[in-house]
Amino acid sequence: MTKLSRRSMLQLSAASVAITAFTTPALAQQIDELVIAYNVNLPSWDPTVGPSAVNPTIQGIYQSVFDMFIHQNPDLTFAPGIITEWGWNDDRSQIFMTVREGVKWHDGSPLTPEDVVWSLERAGNPETGNPIQFIWGKVGNFAIDGNRITADVKEYEPTIFKWMSFLTGYVLPKAYYEKVGPEGFEAKPVGSGPYMVDRFERNAFVRLKANPDYWGGKPEFETVTIKFVTDAAARVAEIESGNAHVTLEMPYEEYDRLKGSGGISGTDAPISDIGMIFINDVDVMNDPNVRKAAALAIDKKTIVDRLLSGYGVPIDTLQTPDYVAYDPSITVGYDPEKAKELLAASGYSTDNPVRFKIQTTRGFKPKDYEIIQAIVGLWRRVGIEAEIEVYEVAKHFELRAADQLAPAAFYNWGNAVGDPTTSTGFAMFGPSPHSVWDGQELLEMILPLWGEQDEDKRIAGWKDVDRHIAENALVIPLIQYVQPILHVDGVKVTPHASGALLPHLMTRS
Amino acid sequence: MLLLRTVFLRLLSTLITLLGVAIIVFFVIRVVPGNPIAMMLPPGATDADIARLEAFYGLDKPIIEQFFIWLQGVLQGDFGTSISLHQPVIELVLGRLPATLELSIMALAIAVLIGGTLALTGTRFRGTKTEATIDVTNGMALSIPDFLWGLLLILLFGVLVPVFHISGRVSPSLDLPFTTDFYLFESILRLQFTIFADLVAHMFMPALALAIPLAAIIAQLLKQSLKETMHLDYVTLSRTKGYGENHVITREALPNAILPTLTLVGVQFTFLIGGTVIIERLFSYEGLGNMAIDAVINRDLPLIQGIVIVFALIFTAVNLAVDLTYAMLNPRLRHA
Repeated sequence: MTKLSRRSMLQLSAASVAITAFTTPALAQQIDELVIAYNVNLPSWDPTVGPSAVNPTIQGIYQSVFDMFIHQNPDLTFAPGIITEWGWNDDRSQIFMTVREGVKWHDGSPLTPEDVVWSLERAGNPETGNPIQFIWGKVGNFAIDGNRITADVKEYEPTIFKWMSFLTGYVLPKAYYEKVGPEGFEAKPVGSGPYMVDRFERNAFVRLKANPDYWGGKPEFETVTIKFVTDAAARVAEIESGNAHVTLEMPYEEYDRLKGSGGISGTDAPISDIGMIFINDVDVMNDPNVRKAAALAIDKKTIVDRLLSGYGVPIDTLQTPDYVAYDPSITVGYDPEKAKELLAASGYSTDNPVRFKIQTTRGFKPKDYEIIQAIVGLWRRVGIEAEIEVYEVAKHFELRAADQLAPAAFYNWGNAVGDPTTSTGFAMFGPSPHSVWDGQELLEMILPLWGEQDEDKRIAGWKDVDRHIAENALVIPLIQYVQPILHVDGVKVTPHASGALLPHLMTRS
Repeated sequence: MLLLRTVFLRLLSTLITLLGVAIIVFFVIRVVPGNPIAMMLPPGATDADIARLEAFYGLDKPIIEQFFIWLQGVLQGDFGTSISLHQPVIELVLGRLPATLELSIMALAIAVLIGGTLALTGTRFRGTKTEATIDVTNGMALSIPDFLWGLLLILLFGVLVPVFHISGRVSPSLDLPFTTDFYLFESILRLQFTIFADLVAHMFMPALALAIPLAAIIAQLLKQSLKETMHLDYVTLSRTKGYGENHVITREALPNAILPTLTLVGVQFTFLIGGTVIIERLFSYEGLGNMAIDAVINRDLPLIQGIVIVFALIFTAVNLAVDLTYAMLNPRLRHA
């Protein structure tokens, strides 16, 4: 047998050093190139069409390259973006917008009001495939006067300006897009955002260069590489090995293990995603005692503490504390004895439990299946025997659109603009394909709020709706999620409550 | 003439297989729950919006009609346009296939190298502790699935001794002067050794994860074949001529013993390509397998169909090649 000689040992060591020099990125203390291990792939560069346009997870990449009509601050408040002023005329038959001056596209050409109008008209055109066309199509007949744009309101939509900093609310370059077409735009996207696309390898990475002319100020990191690392274990390894400076969405246990160790820090802020249980008004769910008992029997705080390592905020309405219609006085509480009483009133007990099915995803959100398992365990103690059915999220979408969800179904609802129409409204308004609660009483409460022009009255109305929902347990809100972000000590990360991970909000610490 | 007939029949059966796969995949993925329109619906979408998007993507037509439209396109080389990526499916698939082929070939090479070495060593030291160790190692390699090997390799060579890259195919900082998507091969042809080293550093762990179970299979089969061959008369004759054991194994026994292993390698190569789906995902390797998972998650029907057809094409082509090679080597099989 060959023995390892001193000479061969030295050769082996030299080879190892050579390989390491080749392969391990030089992550010096001074970070020149910021590397982010991102949790999803970027399917498309057009942020206004197709499924990726409504995928909340990749909006952070889009917002690095493209500007939104209206900017959204990390706390979900709104600020001037490409349009600096906006609003309605007195009778709300028109909207107006003022376009920021001096903004340049990444190809050096000036951003003009024509670009803004073209982007809005394109978004509202059903033929483009914009999934939010139904919002953008509510305004039309645009007119440009200098930097001021006006448009007629075809149908009043109180949230249209909020949508301008939400899904598909991006300003795209008219002349460039028309010149290169959709395929040319995919190959070389041009925006006006803080970063420019330097290189893109689909399914692998995008390398961004800082936009020196960015109206909001040049970002701190000159070069940012976003690697698409979809596997959570690989993302953790990327930051642990020093191959990446920032990563997100890992199991909370891994987050706790790495946070504060080996030059790695953590940021864990609540985001606008909430875990909830849809209640479908079928079978036993038409009995208010069953619904109320189901809601009262869930110990949300213990679930957050035990299953989510404390990274979550128990909630009782579909509004998180950041949302404009959040009302802390609406509470449900945890009261298993009361739950037993309610069930007893309907003839149910632990010996004669009420039975229904609950559907859930498994692995779509952190501990989703385990949360439902825990809830089913808590329910069993009061006289509810729920059978768990696991399905893919695609199945959930399909069943929900067809109003065929089980009597109870777990889901994650995101609402980055924080408006009650896009949380309670769409989730609970019977005719919406997103809602499975069809009760007439709730429908009549919500109906006038769609077109309510008095903002204070509108928000107050939604709070009333939320109170009614909570009192009657028409849905069971559970938790507001917390987003775990790991980053090396040399980087300061500002989390955004929308969940978007934005490199231009990162600085050297 | 007989060989030509065999080739013709094989090609015909390949086409029928591909048509069968096309029919199955087209209809099955439409029966499986979840449709792309439901997944891209934003809050507030109405039934009219659903109908509009369905019409936009051509999903409002009867399934049979959709199938014939798609098949007609496929026969003309048009696999449709990806719903999620907004690009022609054929371009996407052909753009990613080279990465997967390079990974599979590298995995196969590693598997043959490791498996062959273990088999020869086990044969050389048969009856000793070395052989027993090799057998135990083989058992372990086989009983652990490739994705778990992947995780172990990430921990070992990605975190504890960070020698190789954990994700991707090539470092973003490198500019690639290539004209094809066969980066590895082209880097050798162009003598771009820095890029070659970077590509290998990215590819090595996923390739090794794929290779380990296959290496164990190769080692087992080759060792068994060698063992049987070593008892044949002509091998004994070599020994009596005074050749050393190494010579007997490699020069006399191996050429005969290797034939069943070569067949196995051919068949296993197709499984190897299938196995890239999970491994590419784990290592964020930009190949066809990784794209396949995204396509399934996004319910991107045209892309799923395109990828499955290409996988089927590879499987049938490899099988065809194995069959024809056999037919050429063994005339008795031409009637089969």
